[in-house]
Amino acid sequence: MSKAKENNSGTTQRNMIQAINSAMDVAMERDDNVCVFGEDVGYYGGVFRATAGLQEKYGKTRSFDTPINECGIIGVAVGMAAYGMRPVAEIQFADYIYPGLDQLVSEAARLRYRSAGEFTAPLTIRTPFGGGIFGGQTHSQSPESIFTHISGVKTVIPSTPYDAKGLLIAAIEDPDPVVFFEPKRIYNGPFDGHYDTPVMPWSKHPASEVPDGHYVIPLGKANVLREGSAVTMLCYGTMVHVTAAAVEELGIDAEVIDLRTLLPLDMETIEASVKKTGRCVIVHEATRTSGFGAELSALVQERCFYHLEAPIQRVTGYDTPYPHSLEWAYFPGPVRLRLAIERVMEDVSGNV
Amino acid sequence: MASDTDRRNLPPLELYVPEPKFRPGDDADFSSIVIPAAGETRRPDIADDHRDMPDLSYDLVRVLDDDGKATGPWDPKLDADTLRKMLRAMALTRAFDGRMFRAQRQGKTSFYMKCTGEEAVAIAATFALDRDDMCFPSYRQQGILIARDWSLVDMMNQVYSNKKDRLMGRQLPIMYSTKQGGFFSISGNLATQFPQAVGWAMASAAKGDTRIAATWTGEGSSAEGDFHSACIFASVYRAPVIMNVVNNQWAISSFSGFAGGDETTFAARAVGYGLAGLRVDGNDALAVYAATQWAAERARTNNGPTLIEHFTYRAEGHSTSDDPEQYRSANEAADWPLGDPIARLKNHLIAIGEWDEERQAKMDEEVATQVKTAQKQAEKNGILGHGLHQPLETMFEQVFEEMPWHLEEQMQEMLDENDAANGVCKTR
Repeated sequence: MSKAKENNSGTTQRNMIQAINSAMDVAMERDDNVCVFGEDVGYYGGVFRATAGLQEKYGKTRSFDTPINECGIIGVAVGMAAYGMRPVAEIQFADYIYPGLDQLVSEAARLRYRSAGEFTAPLTIRTPFGGGIFGGQTHSQSPESIFTHISGVKTVIPSTPYDAKGLLIAAIEDPDPVVFFEPKRIYNGPFDGHYDTPVMPWSKHPASEVPDGHYVIPLGKANVLREGSAVTMLCYGTMVHVTAAAVEELGIDAEVIDLRTLLPLDMETIEASVKKTGRCVIVHEATRTSGFGAELSALVQERCFYHLEAPIQRVTGYDTPYPHSLEWAYFPGPVRLRLAIERVMEDVSGNV
Repeated sequence: MASDTDRRNLPPLELYVPEPKFRPGDDADFSSIVIPAAGETRRPDIADDHRDMPDLSYDLVRVLDDDGKATGPWDPKLDADTLRKMLRAMALTRAFDGRMFRAQRQGKTSFYMKCTGEEAVAIAATFALDRDDMCFPSYRQQGILIARDWSLVDMMNQVYSNKKDRLMGRQLPIMYSTKQGGFFSISGNLATQFPQAVGWAMASAAKGDTRIAATWTGEGSSAEGDFHSACIFASVYRAPVIMNVVNNQWAISSFSGFAGGDETTFAARAVGYGLAGLRVDGNDALAVYAATQWAAERARTNNGPTLIEHFTYRAEGHSTSDDPEQYRSANEAADWPLGDPIARLKNHLIAIGEWDEERQAKMDEEVATQVKTAQKQAEKNGILGHGLHQPLETMFEQVFEEMPWHLEEQMQEMLDENDAANGVCKTR
């Protein structure tokens, strides 16, 4: 892992991986109940290097490798959490989380409820997700809506190094189970959706200035990335950058909201924005049907119906497995966004 | 029940976390690995009860000795032609791997995985199976296809995800699939093929067929629940299946101890589930052949499933995405006590007077040319990301047999988007 660049004001320039690494470091330093584990997490420091150096610093009982068994990883996390520890488990790719679903859905998510608060599962599951890296169908999925559909799990998705650190610390300190999806396409730099242009490093983005110490970004608080009056753009993860770039390129006065936490959702911010703009585009990389966009669309319609000037638009991945060679035809990029924005800006008479 | 007062006098518990013996910078020394002499392990009758052979789960079936002689009850006594064919398939696989790995490094595809050092595990086993037996491999048994004379160009088309890729560019490189080749579609998710192989075998048995199934997984992936599900179903229904655990010592950066390999052998899981278990020298092509042949006969005669641990070594990285120098000792591969499977089979052929260095060099040249020629041909069909891909519409095909309305609609959206991207004007 390349060394993060430190300056003297208590912040350091970090990419997303370094910020996530720093979050775990800070959390482990402050609370010896925090431990990290997963496949290749210990000695190697994770296949994406997110846990690099933690075993060296905190020892192999607090940062360790595990058998390749996601059911075991999450089940063990539930047990450790029930004991009173704060496990931070890594599932190497979100595409591999399914064997662990029972432990998450039937166990972690319901432990507080079914034991009337006697046992709880304050665990965090970190997992890289999303495409744009030619990972094919088993290294590209965005399964977040499966988790928002479960009662009892919080779902968090950061979009910058600064947010990633603050949100991950909040997740680790949260009393309930949190699934923390890391958009792996933007680990090393923000991505504007133009796949054929050189990758921009995080160092050129202001949100790469990450405080060295402890701070939290509260779960359930969205970030209004750009204020505007023409249309509300709801997005998260990689798509925040793709959306922001598309808005700039089109020169439209859009309000861009980075949701940051899907559950609990910052409905207040969304509602205020849509009531102001009267138009709403929802953007996610996941497949469309029963995706989180469907929930957002329902909520906006229920709460803002009389303010809406046009049907809500969804910009999403298609309802197919993530293809390998046709990755960029699948990915919801600048053109798909432009077409959706054009549609939402049409007035009721159908004129642009 | 201990009271709180008593407990204060107890020693504190300690969490045990296994560690490999050697890490980068260490001089790996494998002298502590117990390797029985070739020919020493007994060979039970194929109809023997699995309860009477637990020793074979801890022993090591070996045929080739240090002088390249085949010895003992497991010697499959293959004719020289078959041995030479096996050697060539192994050499061809290695040449193919070398070339495709380089192609990835040259940016012609996204990903590649070699099977260097493990060629015998797939190839010798395939030689011992019937051509129509069904294989459920992991991602490191490309040797099966090569042993079955599958077209290299076809394999490369898949690696390049190009317009001639039989899988329509949908899958990651090396995740081959061919029904005709008796090679089940590879999944990126680990050990999922294990219960599927058992299910295929159960179906074959239920239908009174004569074909059996074979499946492979790494020792790391044998920690997955799917592996254990497979074992219990195979045992309960005495499925005609061969379940191979390829113990190549490393699962990306995790040594076999993280899959339970420090505490017992992988073959020993057979004992707990009530399966026949064999532990085999995976770098000894004759031992792999003999063990597979034994298990296949057993399965074919309704004597049930066999779990085979192939003790081998992953001589290179997990894939193009990792650097083994970061997590293991540099001399491990060279000093692996069971040698290299190709060198060992070659030495055997030389020892029996059926081969020489000159013919070996000529064969190496031939397979290199064969791979190079195939590569040129495959690249005419395109490489990843350079336009020669499948038609865009294929993205939506075969999600279902018949395309539902919502996919029809999305397909049209995609085509409209493509027109918009190319500046094609649409009348509204």
